[in-house]
Amino acid sequence: MTEDRKYGAIIIGGGHNGLVCAAFLARAGQSVLVVEAADQLGGAARNAEIAPGYTAPACAHILHLLHPRVRSKLKLRRHGLKLAARRLPTVALDPDGNHLTLGGGRIAGTVPEEDARSWRRLHKRLLRMAGALHPFLGRIPPRLGGESWQDRLTLARLGLSLRMLGKAEMRDFLRIVNMNAADLLDDELSDDRLKGALAFDAVLGTNFGPRSPGSVLTWLYRLAGEAKGGRSGLALPAGGMGAVTDALAASALDLGVDIRTGTPVRRIVVEDDRAAAVELESGNVLRTRAVVSSADPKTTFLDLVGPEHLDTGFLRRVRSIRTNGLAAKLNLALDELPDFPGLDRAALGGRLVIAPDIGYVERAFDHSKYGEYSAEPAIEITIPTVHDASLAPGGGHVLSAVVQYAPRDLKGGWEAHRDAFADHAVAAIARYAPGLAGRIVGRQLLTPADIERDFRIAGGHWHHGDLAVDQMLMLRPVPGWAQYGTPVAGLYLCGAGAHPGGGVMGAAGMNAAQRILAARKAGNAA
Amino acid sequence: MKTHDVIVIGAGHNGLTAAAYLARAGLDVLVVERNPYIGGATVSRELHPGFTYSNCSYVSSLMRPEIMRDLDLPKYGLQVTPYNGGLTMTRDGDYLASYNDHDMNRRELARHSLRDAESYDRYSAEIMRQCRFIRPMLMKAPPDPASLRPRDLRGLLQMGRAFRDLGEAGMYDTIRFWTMSIADFLDQYFETELVKAHFAGSSIIGTGLGPRSPGSAYVLLHHYMGEVDGTIGAWGFARGGMGAISRSLAGALQAAGGEIRADAPVAHIIVNKGTAVGVALESGEEIRARAVVSNMDFKRTFLNAMDPRDLPKDFLKAARNFKIRGSSGKLNIALDGMPTFRGVPADCPALQGDLHVTDTIEDFERAYDDWKNGMWSRRPYVDLMIPSQLDPTMAPPGKHYMSIFVQYVPPKLADGPWTPEKRDAFGKTVIDMLSEYSPDLKDLILHMEVRTPHELEEEIGLTEGNIFQGELTMDQIMFNRPTPGYAQYRMPVKHLYMCGSSTHPGGGVMGAPGANAAREIIADMRAGRKA
Amino acid sequence: MTTKPLYQTPLLETPFHARTAPLNRVNEWSRWAGYATVDCFTDLPGEYFAIRHAATLFDVSPMVKYRIAGTDAERYMNRLLTRDVRKLKQGRVAYAIWCNDDGKVLDDGTVFRLGASEFLLNAQERHLAWLQDSAPGYDVTVEDVSESIAGLALQGPLSCTVLKAMELDGIADLKPFGIAEFDVAGTPLTVSRTGFTGDLGYELWIDPARALDLWDRLMEAGALHRLTPIGSQALNLARIEAGFIQTNADFVAADHAVRPTRQRSPFELGLDWLVDFDKGHFVGRRALLRERETGSRYRLVGLDIEGRKPAHDALIYHGKSRQVGMVTSAMWSPTAKRNIALATLDAAAADKAGGLWAEIYVNKEMKWEKTAARCRIVARPFFDPPRRRATPAPDY
Repeated sequence: MTEDRKYGAIIIGGGHNGLVCAAFLARAGQSVLVVEAADQLGGAARNAEIAPGYTAPACAHILHLLHPRVRSKLKLRRHGLKLAARRLPTVALDPDGNHLTLGGGRIAGTVPEEDARSWRRLHKRLLRMAGALHPFLGRIPPRLGGESWQDRLTLARLGLSLRMLGKAEMRDFLRIVNMNAADLLDDELSDDRLKGALAFDAVLGTNFGPRSPGSVLTWLYRLAGEAKGGRSGLALPAGGMGAVTDALAASALDLGVDIRTGTPVRRIVVEDDRAAAVELESGNVLRTRAVVSSADPKTTFLDLVGPEHLDTGFLRRVRSIRTNGLAAKLNLALDELPDFPGLDRAALGGRLVIAPDIGYVERAFDHSKYGEYSAEPAIEITIPTVHDASLAPGGGHVLSAVVQYAPRDLKGGWEAHRDAFADHAVAAIARYAPGLAGRIVGRQLLTPADIERDFRIAGGHWHHGDLAVDQMLMLRPVPGWAQYGTPVAGLYLCGAGAHPGGGVMGAAGMNAAQRILAARKAGNAA
Repeated sequence: MKTHDVIVIGAGHNGLTAAAYLARAGLDVLVVERNPYIGGATVSRELHPGFTYSNCSYVSSLMRPEIMRDLDLPKYGLQVTPYNGGLTMTRDGDYLASYNDHDMNRRELARHSLRDAESYDRYSAEIMRQCRFIRPMLMKAPPDPASLRPRDLRGLLQMGRAFRDLGEAGMYDTIRFWTMSIADFLDQYFETELVKAHFAGSSIIGTGLGPRSPGSAYVLLHHYMGEVDGTIGAWGFARGGMGAISRSLAGALQAAGGEIRADAPVAHIIVNKGTAVGVALESGEEIRARAVVSNMDFKRTFLNAMDPRDLPKDFLKAARNFKIRGSSGKLNIALDGMPTFRGVPADCPALQGDLHVTDTIEDFERAYDDWKNGMWSRRPYVDLMIPSQLDPTMAPPGKHYMSIFVQYVPPKLADGPWTPEKRDAFGKTVIDMLSEYSPDLKDLILHMEVRTPHELEEEIGLTEGNIFQGELTMDQIMFNRPTPGYAQYRMPVKHLYMCGSSTHPGGGVMGAPGANAAREIIADMRAGRKA
Repeated sequence: MTTKPLYQTPLLETPFHARTAPLNRVNEWSRWAGYATVDCFTDLPGEYFAIRHAATLFDVSPMVKYRIAGTDAERYMNRLLTRDVRKLKQGRVAYAIWCNDDGKVLDDGTVFRLGASEFLLNAQERHLAWLQDSAPGYDVTVEDVSESIAGLALQGPLSCTVLKAMELDGIADLKPFGIAEFDVAGTPLTVSRTGFTGDLGYELWIDPARALDLWDRLMEAGALHRLTPIGSQALNLARIEAGFIQTNADFVAADHAVRPTRQRSPFELGLDWLVDFDKGHFVGRRALLRERETGSRYRLVGLDIEGRKPAHDALIYHGKSRQVGMVTSAMWSPTAKRNIALATLDAAAADKAGGLWAEIYVNKEMKWEKTAARCRIVARPFFDPPRRRATPAPDY
């Protein structure tokens, strides 16, 4: 059945990027509908009940990249976004209990004086470089060789932004941006704990080890989000990551967006070479002037649009996007706060990192190359209940961990190895928190294969596709289509698979909205 | 005391190339070489009676044809014979060969995958596009992107134009090619593991990268951008071994009045008030010159041969942080006869080419992991050649010279320094592995020389035994080579230049760094004379 | 197929080799898709004139052939090719091209509709990867059948006469681009009224194991009709007269072009008539729509050049000074009595009337001379005999 109402835009997927895009479009006066397959909005940025009364962040667990324009223009604070904690320090866990605490460029703990100085300098230097990159996160990537003045302007801005670093720093940028994180850290620092934790930062969520060239760029890229991501630094939203989704949804609803959950899409209807409607699993057809997909590119093009509307070369490009996720999510429900010798309760409110040295992270990565999981994984931990007791019943706690590496295509399959991997991850944490095992009342592990199924993300990759130079900026999602448009007129992408990628940044949704609005304005009847 | 116009430190192929160009420009040039023989890593050596070993570099393709012509190298004895293809043997007794003939090559690939056989043309076209893009940059000093000097802006503009000429899709593909891993790059074309492994080798030879390391695709170019007589990507043997290249360069140099002193190790470069004025030999002798050109690598030049007080602090740090991890070893073997290879008929013409036994990408990657962990690969990648099949000067009739390049071998072992015992154990690892493929190999060995990065460093003076005088990663190529701001061959001390593979365009027996450096020096000397 | 290692047989032999080799008295061979094929059997003029006056046999076995079958075969072919395959009836053949995303031509060839959901695609180049990568989402199988079908082109005014002598019942009524099935001594023989000469002619397709028998029967049937085996040189002359273009002779297959500007669109090759925008999406459609709006850069044209000297590889100038293109195929046409050529010109120059000159180099007893010859853009084919289309096919 075809419904009567024709929308200005239908957004497929109610994850944060879909909601951001919807809100920005509605804000400009468009009639917008968001359809979400799950019963709950938020995609990877939602809460999950992992044990009775225990609320854990389903996937993403730290808010640090949210684009400032998203926060301000969509009035997220007014719509209920509150931070339970901000400027979380990073605690580099040490097997001997001599943990280091990093806050920006400062280090607490015993490190060689030389290292403290070097890190302060390096941190500043990286932030300056990241700052030069930051403007491009919130901008539509330029088309190379394009004749339009916007493309040229954006390229000129990138050039200028690098020149503004000054001659020496620009040269430095062009060198280290191509380096691997391990080499850079070895050049500048000596302390293993420090280097390990920073190396892990560089490769979080990527398909890299610290020795993979390009890992400095992924680090800078992440810092670029943080550099201007507001003064809150690493933050935990009050009420969990789901609260970010709630605020975005509230903002969108306030702007007049219609939202339907539990509404999976069967396909995007293409008529006369235009995306004309969305057909739901229910069989209903919703007509629209534009379809905006926050689903990943593979799902969007191969499943929802279908190859018949796409050229063979384009399909080759889409199929060869590297989308296999390597990060697993482990959520533990604990009956009380775990004891990490050497850390007090306040310290447990920080971001705890298990990456005692660079080699540890690299070895963890090496397994993934052969389809094996890391028996000694690198782990990022938060315990949101330290800041927000409402997330767990009476004195209980939630430990949320990103565990690397867990390749989506595990040899032998995840079903056979899921428990063993979770055991390894718990054991890795228990090494720093003896007695942890006895406090676990609920345990949930999401492997990339689970993320693929539960969140409908091909490959289960939290960025919807590897972040690496050959899949970034104007090469994302595929070369030639980085401006959120697609070969099918009236069809746009607004998810993490598009520039600038994932990480609860909202920039992809915001940029896509800008592109759609510009096209409307240009009268392209987009 | 005589003052030369230029002293070149090191009679490797780049030092000799630079010197020959300088001498032909009318300058009084002296090359000082620490070894009793010239050539550096481009040598032919008779280490077993009657056998000639190209005991370091072993094949020729990259030597720029412009240089061969400019310096008239054939007149001084250079002859290069192209060879036909190569092959990768599989553990199950089959093989995949490459042939120069397009149809044979396609049919051979089709034995393994019809689809891959066809994709090969698309793959070749892309490689050719990348070669066309990079070749004009080889014989030029790279422009400094941070500079606003007209010369640099012009250079950048030229590069920009060449880039734009690739077309929009071509520009994207080029960025991707320069930043991708070879494994990802090959995945775009081929489905068969053996085919991918067959092509991946060229991307990791001499590097500290695995096939899954981003940036490894680009390294492929360092093995494809060469040519033999206009056939792009072809490889050949220099008649008489690689030393023939050095000898012909020396011939060109001497014919132009240049001088070479072998057995004359340099202790340090003499700097007076911020200007290089000569070199002091280990014998104590001092030789003066108006300019000093170092063919040594970046670290050796500045960390060993200079007083740190003469150098800016940041520059010294850059030299210290220069990445120069060696990753390869070499076996040179005198054979009593032609070995046989399991599954490969003796008359297969591809046996004249490069032979390999690594048949999956995973094997490459695991070999690389061993290196990362400070040990030689338990199943290394080998690039094995028997040049005496084509060049009768290398071994007595009926006997053969076998050159085995081995990847990966670390410069430092996790369990302590290299020792002769470990070196031999490494050699045994290689021979044992190869014996699975060539059962009669062991029995044919008359003499074997085993070289690890340690030997390369000790004998040739390549820091950490890196054959490229510095890793070929994006942070160390083009305007970043050897370090940003110093990519145009001039060093922070006045009248001091570099001309070795530590400079653009990097390693391989190419001669381009030497020729480019010479061009800059000649320009400076002319400007200086005018002023 | 031989069981020798392939390096011992650098060139493959076609199924007809045992017959063509002894007849190749001047021993002129060339390579075609990895096969040894005859360049010229005895003398070129004799072979050429046999095409236009009698009947000729040309071995087309090296042609690349793909069998495409499945319930979605028609939809798939329509996605792949620029023309509307729905209009191609069973038992019919069509000339076709296919493009990449940018609307640049990957190859041309003929498509045989063998059934409601079965096609045979004959091509110059190999495209298995492209065909496979176009297939996801369609219920089709793509199979390279190049080596399982032997082919002979029987061309010339007496070609139908020869087939009648072979007792192929009803062959005269086969229309141009029609397909007919016959039984020859228990072996199925497929005959299509197609060819590359622009003359009356047929192509015969058979199991390679029965190839020699087919050859013998044809030669026997043709004995009284001057049936002459020809090599690729004679065929090339005929195809130029017919105005047919050839991949990698008159344009570069798009996926082999190292330089992006060497790729050509159907419009630039003068093949507009093969592009059907009304049939729905096909690969390259969006790019071609854009090109239709913004205009093409090049145009492939037929030229009539003054004088008698073939304009091989000639550069074309406008007003004798500005280079505007180049000749890709050229010959003196003995049949049309004209000096003809196929050339690629800048579109702007092709649109202007007149002013075109060809720079031709002529060797006169070891002395090269450069001449400028005026040329005129003319319609193709250069030679177009009515017998080519007549049904029933005439006897002579």
